[in-house]
Amino acid sequence: MEPTTKTETLDIEGMTCASCASFVEKSLTRTPGVQRAMVNFATEKATIEYLPAQATPATLKEAVVKAGYGVTERAPDTSAADRQAEIDQQKALAYVKLKRRFWVATVLAIVIMPLSMLMLWPAMMARVNMQWLNYGLLVLTLPVLFYSGREFFTSAWNGFKHRAANMDTLIAVGTGAAFLYSLAATVVPGWFMRRGLMPEVYYDTTATIIALILLGKVLELRAKTQTSAAIKALMGLQAKTARVVRPDGQEVDVPIEQVQLGDLVVVRPGEKVATDGVIEEGRSAVDEAMLTGESLPVEKKTGDPVFGATLNKTGSFRFRVTKVGADTMLSQIVKLVEDAQGSRAPIQRLADKVSAIFVPTVVVIAILTFVLWFDLAPVEARLPLALVNFVAVLIIACPCALGLATPTAIMVSTGKGAEHGVLIRNAEALEKAHQVNTVLLDKTGTITRGEPAVTDFVPAEGQNAGQLLQVVAAVERQSEHPLAEAVVRYADAQQAPAIPATGFQAIEGKGAQASVNGQAVLIGNFRLLDEAGISLSPAVRRQADELLGQAKTVLYVAVNQQAVGLIGVADTVRDTSAAAIKRLQAMGIEVVMMTGDNPQTAAQVAAQVGITRYFAEVLPSGKAGKVKELQAEGRIVAMVGDGINDAPALAQADIGLAMGGGTDVAMEAAGITLMRSDLQGVVTAIELSRQTIRTIKQNLFFAFIYNTLGIPVAAGLLYPFFGILLSPMLAAGAMALSSVSVLTNSLRLRSFSPAKN
Amino acid sequence: MDTTEIIVTLTGLALSAFVIWYFFFSARQTAAAVSTSSGVQEVDITVKGGYSPDVIEVERGKPVQLSFYRDEENSCSEELLMPDFSIRRDLPAFKTTLVELLPQQAGTFTFTCGMGMLRGSLVVK
Repeated sequence: MEPTTKTETLDIEGMTCASCASFVEKSLTRTPGVQRAMVNFATEKATIEYLPAQATPATLKEAVVKAGYGVTERAPDTSAADRQAEIDQQKALAYVKLKRRFWVATVLAIVIMPLSMLMLWPAMMARVNMQWLNYGLLVLTLPVLFYSGREFFTSAWNGFKHRAANMDTLIAVGTGAAFLYSLAATVVPGWFMRRGLMPEVYYDTTATIIALILLGKVLELRAKTQTSAAIKALMGLQAKTARVVRPDGQEVDVPIEQVQLGDLVVVRPGEKVATDGVIEEGRSAVDEAMLTGESLPVEKKTGDPVFGATLNKTGSFRFRVTKVGADTMLSQIVKLVEDAQGSRAPIQRLADKVSAIFVPTVVVIAILTFVLWFDLAPVEARLPLALVNFVAVLIIACPCALGLATPTAIMVSTGKGAEHGVLIRNAEALEKAHQVNTVLLDKTGTITRGEPAVTDFVPAEGQNAGQLLQVVAAVERQSEHPLAEAVVRYADAQQAPAIPATGFQAIEGKGAQASVNGQAVLIGNFRLLDEAGISLSPAVRRQADELLGQAKTVLYVAVNQQAVGLIGVADTVRDTSAAAIKRLQAMGIEVVMMTGDNPQTAAQVAAQVGITRYFAEVLPSGKAGKVKELQAEGRIVAMVGDGINDAPALAQADIGLAMGGGTDVAMEAAGITLMRSDLQGVVTAIELSRQTIRTIKQNLFFAFIYNTLGIPVAAGLLYPFFGILLSPMLAAGAMALSSVSVLTNSLRLRSFSPAKN
Repeated sequence: MDTTEIIVTLTGLALSAFVIWYFFFSARQTAAAVSTSSGVQEVDITVKGGYSPDVIEVERGKPVQLSFYRDEENSCSEELLMPDFSIRRDLPAFKTTLVELLPQQAGTFTFTCGMGMLRGSLVVK
């Protein structure tokens, strides 16, 4: 049996040139136990395959140091999935503990409540000893406070040491005050009586507040796990193993972590593609919906790229691995979504400012409430009233609702976007997209497919269309010209049988010639035929003019010195463009097109998709200028381009949307990347942004209004006018529900689905 | 106004003043990053009801590695947000989580817990 090798990656430092890399590589290769060592100068990484019996990571490092270079110590390198799994496990455990604490508090509160209300039944009261009842309540409340509620106190204390105050501070101070007062009333009732006060206890308040706040936390935790569900789903898509073809032709299943660049991997029907690569053999249809949101499987053949986590449907193929680990498309999408979820939306600024000073401010308001009630209320009731309102103010104030309002909505919607092939770079981009009132589209590659296709195949009078197509395709199959490829694609689509051509010759800038079935065939532009002395019949000439009038490129075909047909080639409009543009217009957005083409072609395409305003003959360098021009009209412009040629224009626009399969460049340049080459993505992005901002506004409104109304009511502002006081227990209920309602509102975004036309 | 009322009022005002001073105006714990031989600026931060240290000074243009050790289970501190660097990280309890970033611009950048209650700042010079 072949001994198993291990692979180690080291970060090498101090390499200044490519020869350093080969030096390190040599040193590593000579180390006993090393099977293979590869040093990449650009990434400063060494990948070493070694026998664990003879070498260890330490000896490998030694070899690098001996060669005169250093090894950067890396943090324990756990994969994102492992890290996530550990966090999830901790969270699940915390949830179980929290639920237990909640139930203990609830059960005890249910017992404490009726016992505290015995005074409502005077007949009953007469039979029990007040003192003993209070001690009984104290014993029942202790576990609520010190088991269920302990975390509030430790957290408040830890925060206090850091001069930080959070929600727990408010709850700890509130329940702590109610408890201490009750404790005093239980232990030294005489002290109260001597001052003409009833030694009232508030154990029910203490227990109920803790039970309700814990209920809120349980609900909150459950809802919160759902906000990041999308990203977990994405991470879960990763294949676990890959079927690698060894150099001896043997196929072995290996864990995905061991797959290396350059490996050949087999994918059978129904299997997940393990990682990113290029097909070397075979063809198939691959479902890429998880990455691009495209519901139809995509045809793949030799030379086409495939991506990890996509699902192979019909055929089998082998691909060469080009990217692994963090470089794969899936990892990049996950990273982008994670980054977006960590970013801050400008709309959040006010809430952030308020959150920062919220808790200490509330504490001050509560203290002042206590003082005012104490000073103004009748002497016999002033202490209980001051206490109750002090506690109510602390408990009702909810900084959580403010803190959760924006980020939860951003988290849900960026995840949702990824699901639909819309990658949002950060919260700011998401926010900007909802203000857009003008969408500027680059024609080629966005509205149109960006590659020529045969639109007209016109045989001259008396010619057999089928035979002519075979002849034409025979010549064009030999050519590498993009126009020729378009013709071949057309012929294949028409299922024209392939026949051989001989003596193929490309004529630079004009076309090509070859011999098919013994006939001399010429295909090319007008000059090709003109210079060969071939004249066009009036009918053919008229048809050619017609095609040219439609802004198409015309290929002329001659067989045996006679013009026998025309082929009209044009960049065709995507099937979905017109519908998407109509939808944008229905959303109140003006759609403007720009193109480097002549005004005639521009007008043609614009009319076809229902655009009324367009810029023609725009040079690549002038694209950003056009964006500026629109912005100068006071418009908020979204620019849609391909990310590579359009980078400056994308950057100039208020929001850039890059189309085209998530190349690194596109992701860098644009605020939003559309994984699918389809304008529907623009509609999805803007609709998602509008809904998200609406949700955030609702959340913020609710959080602010709740706190601005809740605190004065709890302080007793309504008492002088209406005699209304807020019981601390009601305050606790309201507080528990406030953050849950904000979360629930954000989670509604999960049901977002883009309008289909 | 009786004596008790005067005492309560004065105590209340004094407490309020203390709260305002303590949370908003008192001096913070500041720490400067330690540069390693490879040029990475490293800082260890303990997370327990807050961040200590909570003001971290680093130099511009050099990579920064922040090690957050979360020394509690309290859910308040389970998330770390550094919005200016697009970072949202879950901090597992009793574990160290590394956060790497490259500050390009000078300025003060706040980092907070998931709800913005616990706060610290990264001062880039």
